[in-house]
Amino acid sequence: MLKNNLILFLILILTYIPSCSSQENPPLVKTPEKKEYTYEVIIDGINIPWGFCFISNNKILVTEKSGKLFFVEDSIKEEILGLPEVYVRGQGGLLDVAIHPDFKINNLIYFTLSTNIEDDIGGNTALYQAKLIDKRLEDLKLLYKAVPNTKKAQHFGSRIVFDKKGHVFFTIGDRGNRDLNPQDLTKDGGKVYRLNLDGSIPTDNPFFSEKSGTKKAIFSYGHRNPQGMIIHPESDRIWLHEHGPRGGDEINIVEYGKNYGWPKITYGVNYSGTTITKNTSLPGLEQPLYYWVPSIAPSGMAFSTSDVYKNWKGNLFIGSLKYRYLERLVIKNKKVIEREKILENVGRVRDVREGPDGYLYIAVEGKGILKIVQKK
Amino acid sequence: MRLFFSLLSIVTLTQFLWLQQNKPLKESIARGNEIYNDFCVQCHLENGEGVAGIFPPLSNSDYLMNNIRESIYGLKYGMEGPIKVNGELYDGIMVSQGLDNDEIADVMNYILNSWGNSYNDQLITSSLVNEIEK
Repeated sequence: MLKNNLILFLILILTYIPSCSSQENPPLVKTPEKKEYTYEVIIDGINIPWGFCFISNNKILVTEKSGKLFFVEDSIKEEILGLPEVYVRGQGGLLDVAIHPDFKINNLIYFTLSTNIEDDIGGNTALYQAKLIDKRLEDLKLLYKAVPNTKKAQHFGSRIVFDKKGHVFFTIGDRGNRDLNPQDLTKDGGKVYRLNLDGSIPTDNPFFSEKSGTKKAIFSYGHRNPQGMIIHPESDRIWLHEHGPRGGDEINIVEYGKNYGWPKITYGVNYSGTTITKNTSLPGLEQPLYYWVPSIAPSGMAFSTSDVYKNWKGNLFIGSLKYRYLERLVIKNKKVIEREKILENVGRVRDVREGPDGYLYIAVEGKGILKIVQKK
Repeated sequence: MRLFFSLLSIVTLTQFLWLQQNKPLKESIARGNEIYNDFCVQCHLENGEGVAGIFPPLSNSDYLMNNIRESIYGLKYGMEGPIKVNGELYDGIMVSQGLDNDEIADVMNYILNSWGNSYNDQLITSSLVNEIEK
């Protein structure tokens, strides 16, 4: 009898162990028992608010994916004129927007979009700079345009951040060609790029002196589709997340010249369930700080640096397109130790920012820009 | 004997014509399959099963089969809920994917002839897509 029980026990254990590997990568995401937070709609009437940034607490720039840029003052929005032509197809459109670190003095803004300026077929991601004057864009300047254009629907990126040393960073996804782009330094796509604020290429970029044909603007490579990027408020390092295939979304700390491995290593599989590679790590390829299995489809990223919420200071907030919530991640010694759903079922979260007032704001499809507040 | 050969030739001829007629449909379905994997699969999933309550199914979907023109309109210009599919309510947004008319026809032909769906060998053409206006 005892023997029988033991065998049964062993069978149970053995069937349990292999099933673990396909389950959620810990720590498991928690749903708080008490819903302490709710939201106020700050800006509405924007179908897909893809990116936004604060000029001041009551002045916000918002992109709509379909190709509109809005200037919003006290919740009243006005369309900004003078955008270049936007190639709207699949995941492409008007993407991120950011203000120059000295915006107050020079009125310069940066934005990414997919476009076709070559008059051929398809599109690819571009970074522009322009001066914002009276709700119009002037002195429009193309700082970077990825080539070649393609009709593929996927992976345009894109987020924009600035360091404190006079650089602008932006991302471009692999453009649906993972076998060609992310690992090849002579090809655009699957990269983080670094430029000087005026668009010139820093001569100390990691691949600046490589053989001709190398894209000298590349800062890091082997990315799939990064749609969240932020400078860590204390370490000043670049934190980024990227969409994996089925499973294998990642958080990475982006460093000078490093290779993040896509598609040579991944924790995900094809959408059809077939294998991409059996390798999850290889020498010379960076490991993520965290990976999600299953994928949450991350978009937008912000750290909470204020005291307006209790116990959230230093936490990382990431939107989930797939599961329609905001994820709060507690990180200790570069390890995710806790994950929690905030505003469950709020909708597809595209972007996350901390406002000058210290509150967190999210861009949600079909809803607009929402401010996260404590329930009364 | 003669009758047999005439019957045989009639059968062969109709088969040939049937195949010829369906050649455009088959080719369109093959192109549509690629479009589907590029633009649709992330939400509607590999077998058109969708995600209950969030992304409506395309396989065995009463809404789709009863609203072909509305579905083409949705692909062309985008659509917004609420819609009822197989008794379940879907209140989401699908934005226009920027597909050309011939691509919309192809992906419709693929969807209407996959995962157990059947549209009785009828072909959605790009001129039909072209007719559907905002």
